[in-house]
Amino acid sequence: MTCKRIVRITINGRLEEFLCKPRQTLLEILRDTLNLTGTKEGCSNGNCGACTVLLNGRAVDSCLVLAVETDGAEIETIEGVASADGLDRLQSAFLENAALQCGICTPGFIMAAKTLLEENPDPTEEEVRFHLAGNLYRCTGYDKIIRAVLDAAADRTPRQETEE
Amino acid sequence: MQDFDYDAPLTVADAVELLSRHNGTARPLAGGTDLIDHIRNDRLQPELVVDVKKIPDLNILDISGNGLRLGAAVPCYCIYGDAKVVVDYSALTDSCRIIGGMQIQSRASVGGNLCNAGPAADSIPALIALDAECIIAGPSGTRTVAADEFCTAPGQNCLEPEELLVELRFPPRTPRSGSHYRRFIPRNEMDIAVVGVGASVTLDDRGETFLSARISLGAVGPTPLFARAAGDLLAGRHVSDESIREAATAAQSIATPIDDMRGTAEFRLHLTGVLTRRVLQCAVERARGTTDPTAEIVPQTG
Repeated sequence: MTCKRIVRITINGRLEEFLCKPRQTLLEILRDTLNLTGTKEGCSNGNCGACTVLLNGRAVDSCLVLAVETDGAEIETIEGVASADGLDRLQSAFLENAALQCGICTPGFIMAAKTLLEENPDPTEEEVRFHLAGNLYRCTGYDKIIRAVLDAAADRTPRQETEE
Repeated sequence: MQDFDYDAPLTVADAVELLSRHNGTARPLAGGTDLIDHIRNDRLQPELVVDVKKIPDLNILDISGNGLRLGAAVPCYCIYGDAKVVVDYSALTDSCRIIGGMQIQSRASVGGNLCNAGPAADSIPALIALDAECIIAGPSGTRTVAADEFCTAPGQNCLEPEELLVELRFPPRTPRSGSHYRRFIPRNEMDIAVVGVGASVTLDDRGETFLSARISLGAVGPTPLFARAAGDLLAGRHVSDESIREAATAAQSIATPIDDMRGTAEFRLHLTGVLTRRVLQCAVERARGTTDPTAEIVPQTG
């Protein structure tokens, strides 16, 4: 029987402290312990990207990160993307381009696309597709997502107010 | 997932001590992109996971006149994020860009890719082509193993249970050298290689004659293969379609592919020839300086 560990992380700018077993992944802790269910579980083996979060600024599959590894780290999840002023331009672009249907992959795509635009603010379509290769999508066939990311890059989408 | 304990030592000696004490029931953890999946599937059932990411020796990324030192835990994105590594050890960075997707590359290490010893591992043909040495620490000291001798069978490597891969060392690059890794996959990204080829060439001053070449094949044998004779036959030969074709045919002669869900043996044999030619051609262009590996963010497949 292994002991639980205390882990302290900063999530979306807020310090959180929790107990966890070494075998619990970051994904499990986010969803089951911290009730941040925006991050989704798809494949549990690093293929689908539905569980993508930012760990110290890098997009990772949280199903392949043990929570104990993240002690002292900064995590950003989909819950932290919109601000008090409204949706992020990526989120607005997804809505305007109908880039989601069931929405299960959407948080992962937004987190992945966020890092792309931070590294490369003006990507080509090829670069967008390559960067998002780790995110799988079943409902509309990728193209609308690519258009949304390119629109967000070009900042063509008007910002929308968050609904309370 | 089954229960296991977790420790994060700060030195190689402490890590080796933990591995020794647990005598086969402990596993090192770097990026975790293979290990965590294996534990979840009960393929591995360690009692202790030893996180090696806090050990400075395993995080080295250093190019000097003595060559490249690459710590076993350095993640892929750091490797291709270093422009000098991209230029001088292009085959390595080519492979790092296509191991999984971007999220995997944020965590996965070449050391881990090597230790996982998949026959189709993308980094290993690059390591072999670039003549990498594996520095291994154990209770009685360190030993060195050539990259082409590290994997012993599918999913098996030469490490004893108490040993830890610390570092990969690559010789310094001579002028007019170029390297490349390319794989064939059915989609554009994220697949496991049907066939992968890594090659490194050194040309004479005029870029018209091969001085030396190393070719390595992935996914066409129980381990990645070093096509020694295929590379050796290029030494002293004029760079031409003819000499490249000869080397490709020689590479095919050592491939022992199987039929599996990713392809037939016959198809893989054919691909080995095609990819070896294309990879050698790319390595030559890079050696001549006619193409710039830092400009190719999105890699070619097939």
